[in-house]
Amino acid sequence: MSLGEKENEIIEDFAIYDDWMEKYEYIIELGKDLPQIKEEYKVQDNIIVGCQSQVWLHAEKVDGLIQYTADADAIIAKGIISLLIQALSNETAETIIDAKLDFIKEIGLQEHLSPTRSNGLVAMVKKMKIYALALKNK
Amino acid sequence: MTFEVDKIREQFPILKQTMGKYPLVYLDNGATTQKPQVVIDAITAYYTTQNSNIHRGVHTLSQNATVAYEGARVNIQKYINASKSLECIFTKGTTDGVNLVAHSIGKTIQKGDEVIISALEHHSNIVPWQFLVEEKGAVLKIIPMNHKGELDMKIYQELLTDKTRIVAVTHVSNALGTINPIKEMVRMAHKVGALFLVDAAQSLQHFSVDVQSLDCDFMVFSGHKLFAPTGIGILYGKENILNELPPYQGGGDMIKTVTFEKTIYNELPHKFEAGTPNIVGGIGLGVAIKWLSELNLTEVQKYEDNLLAYATSELTKLEGIQLYGTAKNKSGVLSFLIEGLHPYDVGTLLNQQGVAVRTGHHCTQPIMDYYKIPGTIRASFSLYNTKSDVDAFIKALTRAINMLK
Repeated sequence: MSLGEKENEIIEDFAIYDDWMEKYEYIIELGKDLPQIKEEYKVQDNIIVGCQSQVWLHAEKVDGLIQYTADADAIIAKGIISLLIQALSNETAETIIDAKLDFIKEIGLQEHLSPTRSNGLVAMVKKMKIYALALKNK
Repeated sequence: MTFEVDKIREQFPILKQTMGKYPLVYLDNGATTQKPQVVIDAITAYYTTQNSNIHRGVHTLSQNATVAYEGARVNIQKYINASKSLECIFTKGTTDGVNLVAHSIGKTIQKGDEVIISALEHHSNIVPWQFLVEEKGAVLKIIPMNHKGELDMKIYQELLTDKTRIVAVTHVSNALGTINPIKEMVRMAHKVGALFLVDAAQSLQHFSVDVQSLDCDFMVFSGHKLFAPTGIGILYGKENILNELPPYQGGGDMIKTVTFEKTIYNELPHKFEAGTPNIVGGIGLGVAIKWLSELNLTEVQKYEDNLLAYATSELTKLEGIQLYGTAKNKSGVLSFLIEGLHPYDVGTLLNQQGVAVRTGHHCTQPIMDYYKIPGTIRASFSLYNTKSDVDAFIKALTRAINMLK
């Protein structure tokens, strides 16, 4: 599935819920499917700066594609990083670096997060792209 | 005159809003209070009919604006029972007031002098004193608290020495709600010849404070936590002490005569009010305080105490609630955590249901360090909150807990 197809799938997943409390229930569920980061990667260097809760992110390159794992101490943050991983994991570094991620706006996630948390979302995307850039030529 | 909350509520237009499909339940009054229509009208009226610079114009507009601004000062004087209105200095707010005192007192502080603050202070009553002691080689001492969030009066007594120059303590803790025994603490400080500053940012919206009865040397507070606009506040100081202090900032309005050789400072209160002030803010604060003082404050306090007791009892019925701040004397604040849940998750889901609370360290990191927690969820109440606000909060909280567990 291409990144665009994955994004469309996420938009469809969110469209079935009427109100934001239901959407949050779904985000919380997504947190439970999060590809768990190995304990050894839960270190200071992997913490995403700019989130109000602690979020750890790790990336590696497998067969030319980037794979992410993560964890967070807040459940909603976990759900959001899980959503981003659902979209970006198993893509090439180039696709990730260029990704516009329009689905975030489309599902209205940004405006439903408090400003600090919204910054957290921006920080998550930024860190994922930085990892992709670092792994690009490896 | 009894206190009728419905009549109060209808004066606050913002409270009629809905957040999505949920009515707004505003429980972040410790951060800022909403404004009654009279204050909003005063701001509009000022810019519509009075706007001009004060204290200098010969024209009517300027004279009217000056009368309104100075009239506000008198309202404030009466509300806190200062002996003269010139003892009420307009500032930008509590933080500005503490910085002013720390700066001006600082000129007279010497190496080895001591400043005392408490474990309950907001960062704005910590950092200005840290600047001061670092610069002067003075010593900052901290009155510790117990697990309930009450200050240790025995250790406070031991910390007071003939080297203590000033004690700066909050009247009501913004993070825990503890009401400190300020009157007694002032008396103890005066016995060793120290001055006393009260941070009243969290007290004046909940009960009346009489500066002459407290006998404090300084009291600072913010307008915006007292139903007035942001960017305006008051430093109260005893006249003889303010007269001895050097000015804080230089500029217009604070001078009597200026030559390149020497400047003669203006008299109180203008000596501490350099530059064109926040005129509309001052007028708004005067109106807000007049509005507040026309209520029966004893009834208001009783109403708020009952509401806090109701909220505490309803909240602690839920499973896994850990309260922070269980002092015997408390006002306005419920700080808590829920076992196994992150405060930001809870705050986000409350917000989705129209309930505004604050999560985080509340600018009191030393208190959070004491409890070894990163922060709390804080619901803070004001006179327009009702039992149905509390019920809506508990209902939203229960739903959030069920979703997160």
